[in-house]
Amino acid sequence: MYTQALSTERPAPASAVEDPALLARFQARIDAEERIEPMDWMPKAYRQTLIRQISQHAHSEIIGMQPEGNWLTRAPSLKRKLQLLAKIQDEGGHGLYLYSAAETLGVSREELVGQLLSGKAKYSSIFNYPTLSWADIGAIGWLVDGAAIMNQIPLCRCSYGPYARAMILICKEESFHQRQGYEIMMTLAKGTPKQKAMAQDALNRWWWPSVMMFGPSDKDSVHSDQAMRWKIKRFTNDALRQKFVDATVPQAHYLGLTIPDPDLTYDEASKHWITGPIDWDEFWRVVKGEGPCNKQRLETRRKVHDDGAWVREAAEAFAAKRRKAKRAAAA
Amino acid sequence: MTDQNNKPESLWPLYEVFLRPRNGLSHKHVGSLHAADDEMALQNARDVYTRRGEAMSIWVVPSKAIIASAPDERDSLIEPSTEERKPYRHPTFYDIPDEVGHM
Repeated sequence: MYTQALSTERPAPASAVEDPALLARFQARIDAEERIEPMDWMPKAYRQTLIRQISQHAHSEIIGMQPEGNWLTRAPSLKRKLQLLAKIQDEGGHGLYLYSAAETLGVSREELVGQLLSGKAKYSSIFNYPTLSWADIGAIGWLVDGAAIMNQIPLCRCSYGPYARAMILICKEESFHQRQGYEIMMTLAKGTPKQKAMAQDALNRWWWPSVMMFGPSDKDSVHSDQAMRWKIKRFTNDALRQKFVDATVPQAHYLGLTIPDPDLTYDEASKHWITGPIDWDEFWRVVKGEGPCNKQRLETRRKVHDDGAWVREAAEAFAAKRRKAKRAAAA
Repeated sequence: MTDQNNKPESLWPLYEVFLRPRNGLSHKHVGSLHAADDEMALQNARDVYTRRGEAMSIWVVPSKAIIASAPDERDSLIEPSTEERKPYRHPTFYDIPDEVGHM
């Protein structure tokens, strides 16, 4: 799953604070498609942008386990339960790949986790929506992971080496997520009228939040230009959103479901599906903490962290015991 | 986070993880993780980096134990042995007549 570019504060312009010669050499390396590695010189703003983006992405993976975990004990069959469990384990793993990529930029895991728990850090606003029925698990896999894949494939070529490599690992696993989601939707859409209605209801609730996952429209996006120059980003929010809509609308038609957008039209000339207006007020409300589940997600995360304290303590005590035994054996 | 006496997870040492996808290939770096000790590092590496049977063998190495060349020494490290500087170390530097055949 993916985090949208969300920051509201604009960083200092790169040129104002850096040695122009170093900056020019850095940009030349980026332009030549060289990858930047952890020990290389980089502008402060490049480092800050990456720390923010990678950690938001990691937090999104971790928080993203919650809406799906909601249905683990109520999955309709053992098969579905195993699949969902595997997917949720992947999300946890993706969070860990990303935290370790962020740490290569000189920030500690403790600091990043602290920012999430204190509510200072953002994560993808999509996870602040509730999963009300089993069909939501299908819709999340199909739409949310589908949108994530659109975003993450270009990130595999991000200029920062450790982030790009983490994204390659993640993309390999993400494809299973989307396919298991679509299969759930297919099963429901071909089921009883009640099951089909469940699938339609899930699509109705997840469509717009998924379309908004790509972040604000290009004309309102604070960081796009600099991030594109630095090749942290390869496509604009709107370009990626269009790709997602074009790929997804025919998939909905195949299911016999209706996209909840009365203005949706196919433009023959450009071969694009054109959506109606996006409710950006809702987007910003959810980003700013007023989504249906913001409070619950953070409270759960904090509780899980506190409840896990004894496990961390036990692991340390056991490690200390093992070290002592090793020393005794060596003596 | 709430209890100041808890040793935060990030103070656990950092390990680098290397996987051998199958015999015949070298171990390759895939990422890093934190663990309380070597055994836990190996266990965590298995859980985090090999959920789909990606490895016949796992190495975990304390990040501290890696001795790395510095990026600003790259010129003195790499440049003297580039093809431009020492072309005669490459087979294409030598002209062999076609009639000799493949060599």
